Amino acid sequence: MSTLAVNTLAAADAANKCAPGLPAGFCHEHAETGCVAGNGLFCFGWAADNFDRYVDPFFRQLEIAVISVAIGFVIALGLALLSHRRRFLVPPLIGLTGVLYTIPSVAFFFLLLPITGFGFWTAVIPLSAYTLQIIYRNAVVGFANVPADARDAGRGMGMSEGELLLKVELPLATPEIIAGLRIAIVSTVAVATLAFLAGAGGLGQLLSEQNNFKTNIIMIGVLTIVMALILDLIVLLCQRLLTPWLRVRAAQ
Amino acid sequence: MILLANVIDSFVGAFDFIFHQREALTHGGVQVGGLDYIWPFARTQLEVTAVGLGGALAIALPIGLVLGHIGKGEYFAVGFGNAGRAVPEIAVVFLLAAIIGIGLGNVAIALGILGLPPILTNTFVAIRQVDRTAVQAGEAMGMRPWQVLLRVELPLAAPTIMAGVRTAAINIYATATIATFVGLSTLGDFIASESVYGRDGVVAGAILIAFFAMLIEAGLAGLQWLVTPRGVKLQRAARSA
Repeated sequence: MSTLAVNTLAAADAANKCAPGLPAGFCHEHAETGCVAGNGLFCFGWAADNFDRYVDPFFRQLEIAVISVAIGFVIALGLALLSHRRRFLVPPLIGLTGVLYTIPSVAFFFLLLPITGFGFWTAVIPLSAYTLQIIYRNAVVGFANVPADARDAGRGMGMSEGELLLKVELPLATPEIIAGLRIAIVSTVAVATLAFLAGAGGLGQLLSEQNNFKTNIIMIGVLTIVMALILDLIVLLCQRLLTPWLRVRAAQ
Repeated sequence: MILLANVIDSFVGAFDFIFHQREALTHGGVQVGGLDYIWPFARTQLEVTAVGLGGALAIALPIGLVLGHIGKGEYFAVGFGNAGRAVPEIAVVFLLAAIIGIGLGNVAIALGILGLPPILTNTFVAIRQVDRTAVQAGEAMGMRPWQVLLRVELPLAAPTIMAGVRTAAINIYATATIATFVGLSTLGDFIASESVYGRDGVVAGAILIAFFAMLIEAGLAGLQWLVTPRGVKLQRAARSA
């Protein structure tokens, strides 16, 4: 830390301009205004001046959420394809993914602690486990809703079972699968706020450093919601690109 | 193999913490661990969960039932549920703690708020999904609107409503774990205080939190089965046969 920074922090400390319990790093520039000192509901000046401290944790949380959902998506879709022609596998898989979903994230992190230690994967494994339930269930429903006529048409064209799956059933099930993916990504972003408990960082880390400074709490909440909305929008755009026929039908 | 042995050791230690007393790592010789020691923490967590869930039900269920019955407010009811998923629970708990203070009642309020979206959305959707011909049959039999709602729509919608209640309950219970950070002594205490309870206590806390979560889930799944009308069960059995 530079001498200047140390002096600034020391000065802020000495003047005791922070809200009670605020770490020294939180008290610069706008500390002298009443809002921060009085712990007002939302101090815009402070938020604008300190926005940079949220950037890295934001992208860390984004990384955790996106990787978790990607892993969960691959596994859930794989399970759905596996149980597609083996219907007897569906109830046990729904049950198993449901049990995983029931374990609270905090407990899940610390159950993994003896195995994976603190860090990135201790957060990612539970978060991807949570997405299985919703994505798998939706994919199964999506495959089940493929019209029998479409299957027959494919068979009539001489498609093998594999071709039928990839060229007919998978595309027709895409809207349901994406609907599951959207729910999964939004809730994963929210739960990823807790990833700091697993030692993986993210916006929750800033929450643990200062948990009664309202501006900080609201910043974290709002940034998390914004992250969820952006990812949701991206997935929605992907769906429009992947299912052009739905738009044609809507236009007709 | 050394790794595996360590993992097994951790879990053996955790179960030892659950069932037997031992000396705390700090606080000079205070006894911690054992079922008698753990139970008050579990009870606090279950109590705050029950109060939060009860509050969420008292608010969201009537609103969902009425909106579903009159068929208005779909945008609000469904959008509220979707938006609710994006909100980080821990931020709500901390924010309410910073605004209204800590304590069982205040934490229950925060938890109740988190339970509103899934119950409201599921109740609304469940009522809307009820077969309109069943509703018309009720009306033709001379039922008043509230009779249609309570005797026709509610029983047929009960399984889907219960699914929302289960989601809410699990959310609320999981968040009650975090309430330890705002001063409520729930099972999360064992996880948050490694310096006192040691690594065994931390893993024991995780096991206990997961255990009670499954107990709640199993209990509510049973309740869901009980509130599902017999006719609906028969219909389902016939369809899957």
